[in-house]
Amino acid sequence: MKLFNLRGGVHPEGHKALSALHVIRELPLPKHLYLSLQQHIGAPAAPVVQVGDRVLKGQVIATAQGNVSAAIHAPTSGTITALGDWVSPHPSGLTAPTMTLASDGKEQWIETPTVADPFALAPADIAARVGAAGIVGLGGATFPAALKLNLSRNSGVQTLIMNGGECEPYLTCDNLIMRERAAQVIEGIRLIALAVEAKTVLVGIEDNKPDAIAAMQQAAKGTSVKVVSMPSMYPMGSEKQIIQVLTGNEIPAGGRPADIGVLVHNVATAYAVQQAIRFGRPLISRIITVSGGALNQPCNVEALIGTPVQELIDFAGGYRLPATRLVLGGPMMGQQFTNTQVPVLKGTSGVLALTASEVGQAEASPCIRCATCVRACPVGLLPLEMAAHIRVSDLTGAVELGLRDCIACGSCSYVCPAHIPLVHYFNYAKGDLAAQERSKLKQESTKKLAEARTERIARIERARAEAAAKRKAAREAKERAAAAAKAATEEA
Amino acid sequence: MNPIAHSPHAHAPLSIPKIMAMVMLALTPATLYGFWLFGWPAINLWVISLTSAMLGETLILRMQSRPVRPALQDGSGILTAWLLAISLPPTAPWWLVVLGSLFAVIIGKQIFGGLGQNVFNPAMAARVMLLISFPLEMTSWVTPAPLTSAHALSWLEGLRTTFLSQPLDAMASASLLGHVKTEFTRGVGLDQALVGHFSTMDAIMGSRVGSMGETAALFLLAGGVFLIARRIITWHAPVAMLLGVAVPALLFHAIDGNHYSGPMVHLLSGGLMLGAFFIVTDPVTSPNTALGQFIFGAGCGLLTWIIRTWGGYPEGVAFAVLLMNSATPLIDQYVKPRIYGRDRKGAALPVNKES
Amino acid sequence: MILPAIISLTVLGVVFGLLLGLAARYFKVEGNPLVAEIEQLLPGAQCGQCGFPGCTGAAQALAEGNAPITLCPPGGRAVVLALSAKLGIEADLAGVKDVTPMMAEVKEEICIGCTRCFKVCPTDAIMGAAQQIHSVFREACTACGKCEAVCPTESIKLQPIPTTLQSWHWHKPQEVTA
Repeated sequence: MKLFNLRGGVHPEGHKALSALHVIRELPLPKHLYLSLQQHIGAPAAPVVQVGDRVLKGQVIATAQGNVSAAIHAPTSGTITALGDWVSPHPSGLTAPTMTLASDGKEQWIETPTVADPFALAPADIAARVGAAGIVGLGGATFPAALKLNLSRNSGVQTLIMNGGECEPYLTCDNLIMRERAAQVIEGIRLIALAVEAKTVLVGIEDNKPDAIAAMQQAAKGTSVKVVSMPSMYPMGSEKQIIQVLTGNEIPAGGRPADIGVLVHNVATAYAVQQAIRFGRPLISRIITVSGGALNQPCNVEALIGTPVQELIDFAGGYRLPATRLVLGGPMMGQQFTNTQVPVLKGTSGVLALTASEVGQAEASPCIRCATCVRACPVGLLPLEMAAHIRVSDLTGAVELGLRDCIACGSCSYVCPAHIPLVHYFNYAKGDLAAQERSKLKQESTKKLAEARTERIARIERARAEAAAKRKAAREAKERAAAAAKAATEEA
Repeated sequence: MNPIAHSPHAHAPLSIPKIMAMVMLALTPATLYGFWLFGWPAINLWVISLTSAMLGETLILRMQSRPVRPALQDGSGILTAWLLAISLPPTAPWWLVVLGSLFAVIIGKQIFGGLGQNVFNPAMAARVMLLISFPLEMTSWVTPAPLTSAHALSWLEGLRTTFLSQPLDAMASASLLGHVKTEFTRGVGLDQALVGHFSTMDAIMGSRVGSMGETAALFLLAGGVFLIARRIITWHAPVAMLLGVAVPALLFHAIDGNHYSGPMVHLLSGGLMLGAFFIVTDPVTSPNTALGQFIFGAGCGLLTWIIRTWGGYPEGVAFAVLLMNSATPLIDQYVKPRIYGRDRKGAALPVNKES
Repeated sequence: MILPAIISLTVLGVVFGLLLGLAARYFKVEGNPLVAEIEQLLPGAQCGQCGFPGCTGAAQALAEGNAPITLCPPGGRAVVLALSAKLGIEADLAGVKDVTPMMAEVKEEICIGCTRCFKVCPTDAIMGAAQQIHSVFREACTACGKCEAVCPTESIKLQPIPTTLQSWHWHKPQEVTA
């Protein structure tokens, strides 16, 4: 199959062998699970159980709220012991509303609806079951999967692209799931294709995972699913980029993949879909890469959602070297965290403990305009120019240069020889612009309020004045009448 | 402040000092060859240039109350002084070198705000300043006297040349481009002027009259290829510059071979090789995009050829580079990459569901 | 030689002078439309924190160049930027940035329900009735501080708006020192 070129891109050192050589292992059951109500893009889920309730494995404990949201299920049987704030893997370090579940060790499942022939289901039914299982995009975006299926079916998607790129260094969880559970993944892919009535189904896998490609090709034999090997390059696994490489088309600026008839899902999501449809199992666990040069035994584990990250680090044998930086996700776009009690979320693909040399951080120095960032940008932006504008608080200038098209992949920061935190500048600017937008909206609404009040006061004043005038007129009329009467009596 | 660092949590093994060191490494063969070819005066020149650049940079940063250490450590000042040194006549007097070097780092770079802020290539700005102010000293060339040869200057003689401006009449000579220009004014055509003055082999090897490190075309070319291979520079600007000189030279040489030098003469003389691989590739003063760099390089090449052919000065690389430096912001304004999902004008691509 | 030059320059001067004079007479603009345009950009809360009598007064002063574009505390940076674009004045955000977003908050233990605060609130952001504890709508409060000034028990005070997961965003990277 003909592949198209990715623009820019970088070749970070993979470090994949650290964790890719071992099979997926199951994490022992943790004593406590911390289930954040905000594990997805959109509105937080609304709890439907009380503190003290006993819940079964797979039971819904929080339901989706509004259009964009996802339900949360109990990952094991046990008792809800708290509903309050708990550390969250968010860069702000703020806490998030979280349910605490004390496991009872019985792993008692709730009754799950199994389907003998999932391919006989109607597309809408598949989407509904995916929604009920609380499945979100497991590649990291955590967009509710059912919503994406429905939107794509309604807008007539032709091509389904399954993302097995896994271009982030260190991460091997998708690699492992494709290697070890290829049959289930392929079935999940076919179910997604059925749900959106896609005509073409492509699975894009980077060529640094030959075993995964072979396993998937084997499992896809006799189906319409086509497994494609793609060159290894970052950010190959980004939605926009994988579409460009596999189809040659680009998502129009500000648009969605459906605008060009494409839907992209992660391979791990396909596995979750298969489990949900065939066995009725909701999304309560996921494969996570625990890796990094600071760990003794990097590995891939299947962990329950809500497991504190510390348990994963312990499972990987603890630290071999001092970990300068702990990261959730991959090193290119992942999120640093400092408190190891943060729980695993649905979107957590990796837990990395990196040494100082792996991070390679250095003081930023002035930009020498070498344009290495321009060559690295997969979108065709001028990172150095944008950062220069943002540095002097000219956010409008940065927007004119294409700030809103930036996918925050971090390629520019990665290659910058001056170690300028380019993508940090861009995310700061995006956040600040959003804040400005919010304050503008607020100002407009308060202005209306102020005007309404001024008008009301004026109206009251007017009414009062009118009433006073009326009274005065009445009084004068009375006086006149009295005067007239008096005059009349005098005349008489 | 927020203790959480922003992604990415990895970095390419590249830094500014590393880039500068790589460029210096690429310059080393040509420089060592220059040392050998022109002897002790050349070595003195190089040492003086680097020392005065570092002292000048320290001085100006102190005066501006800015941190000295990072500016010295990035290696850019040394590189500038190095480039200036090898573009000067080997027997240039010490004060000329000091003046040029100070001008390069102080006026050429730090006055603009330091590394990355300057508009003009500091080394070329200094060279042009010297050429205009001291035309005699800047065009006093000598025939090469390799260190290993019999008529090489001893260390003491070298010092005398550099510091006491000891006249070197016996060895004075003209550069090829200067010679051709002089011969033209005497009404002598190229067919006679070049005889005994230009041999392609000598030019490639660098055994010719010229600036200290500009003559070794082969070594400079090798250094440039090394930098391209290590992805420190891209091929666009150098290739465009060489083409910008070679194409018009070829064209006009074909039309009137007696009046216009051929591409080989142009490519292998003056500071073209140095300019193509080490000057127009200066990141600070060249455009950001590949196409922009190509335009920039081609402009430098074309202007060089024009100045050499019709201008008052025999050599035009430095002038051409400065002129194109001033056009860099303009090129950057008009040559921008197309953004993903948008057309060249910046409008969003059309929605197309049938693809 | 010099005469034609003098004549032509004189004629040019007279013609252009006449044109300018006529233009000044016939294209005269009554009032300054800029004031109204600037007022559109201001929050309109009439809070008076800028030291001018209401937003119209502030707009007047801005149009005449008698006030800095950073004069409006409730408007925050958004207004500074809008004014900067409108008036072509370089926005110096250094002075504005330090103001953390605030809103009025009622300490319920000491509120006596006197209703003074919501009588002065320019945006009707305070809810309550006589003898009842008042409360503030976060979305409507412009942090003008009028309520704080009239509260007899100091129970209503401006407090920084707490950052939430939704409102948080990355801070600006630290400056490159060079």
